[in-house]
Amino acid sequence: MPELPPGSVRTVVRAPATVLATAGRDVDPTDPDVVALAADLLATQEVSPGCVGLAAQQVGEALRVFSVDVSGHPKTRSCHGRFVLCNAEVVSASRKGRGREGCMSVPDFTGDVQRARRLVVRGQLPVTGEQVELETDGFEAVCLQHEIDHTNGLLFLDRVSDAHAIHPRQTYL
Amino acid sequence: MLAVTVIGADRPGIVAEVTGALAAVEGNLEDSTMTLLRGQFAMVVLVRTGSPVAEVEQALARVSSQGGLAVDVRPVSAASPAAGAVQGSSYVVHVNGADRPGIVATITGVLARRGVNVVDLGTRLAGELYVLTAEVVVPLDVDVDELRAELDEAAGVVGVHVRLVAVETDEM
Repeated sequence: MPELPPGSVRTVVRAPATVLATAGRDVDPTDPDVVALAADLLATQEVSPGCVGLAAQQVGEALRVFSVDVSGHPKTRSCHGRFVLCNAEVVSASRKGRGREGCMSVPDFTGDVQRARRLVVRGQLPVTGEQVELETDGFEAVCLQHEIDHTNGLLFLDRVSDAHAIHPRQTYL
Repeated sequence: MLAVTVIGADRPGIVAEVTGALAAVEGNLEDSTMTLLRGQFAMVVLVRTGSPVAEVEQALARVSSQGGLAVDVRPVSAASPAAGAVQGSSYVVHVNGADRPGIVATITGVLARRGVNVVDLGTRLAGELYVLTAEVVVPLDVDVDELRAELDEAAGVVGVHVRLVAVETDEM
């Protein structure tokens, strides 16, 4: 992952904001504005407790850029650390499993979603535009699919497995 | 806030007719559940409207008489979604076994004695097989191992198998 300039913490957008339902445009990963966005995504993710990924749509921009960092999460198996991908797409997905997801942009609900636990993703790194292919599994695979969905204008609400699969968020003392 | 419950022999168009009648009296549908139970379609809908209850009842009376539906409308307090909720952790209760009277009462009796709140529950009967699935909130001060042991014991009495499985939410 190339070094990024310092990022700014951005406001996280909540549903039903239109931008969250808007498919992102392809970006030039070497464009300074895209590099700044990449840094902002990581900066915003880092100050958000429990946040393991953030997409451009969640900070109000319909672009194909997202950040991920599942290192330190108890469910993580394979881990590629802290990174940003541009124009990412799923190359292959297998071993589907069902899990309950929450999202900073949908704070009042959680949902049961089927997602692949084995995944290959292709995308470009910011700054250099280098094309990379990541092979991963488990929690990182789920997180990548959640973020790629955001860049395509999809929320977990669009993916839930049945009519009873959206739940009011359970609050903890 | 009004609670509207509707039940009737299933056919295409029930939801459209009932919600159309509610829209005509400026009713805004909030939380609802609608499901098919052995040929009977059941709806429970919370509706917010400025129209008087009598007007809503009148609008739905036409639907119920023409559509063969049993309809009930009653005011309920407009509590926030979290009001009255038990604070705790989510679990799913899975029960299956040979059908007999008292399964649901026995299992939920154990839950009630422990202050466990049922937030969603469905049952299905197919032949002799009875299946219950529920989502529950277990208060933080309840010992889950003890709860499991009590559920196992109660399940044994009514001849079913029970599992209590924690629901984990992955924050993205």
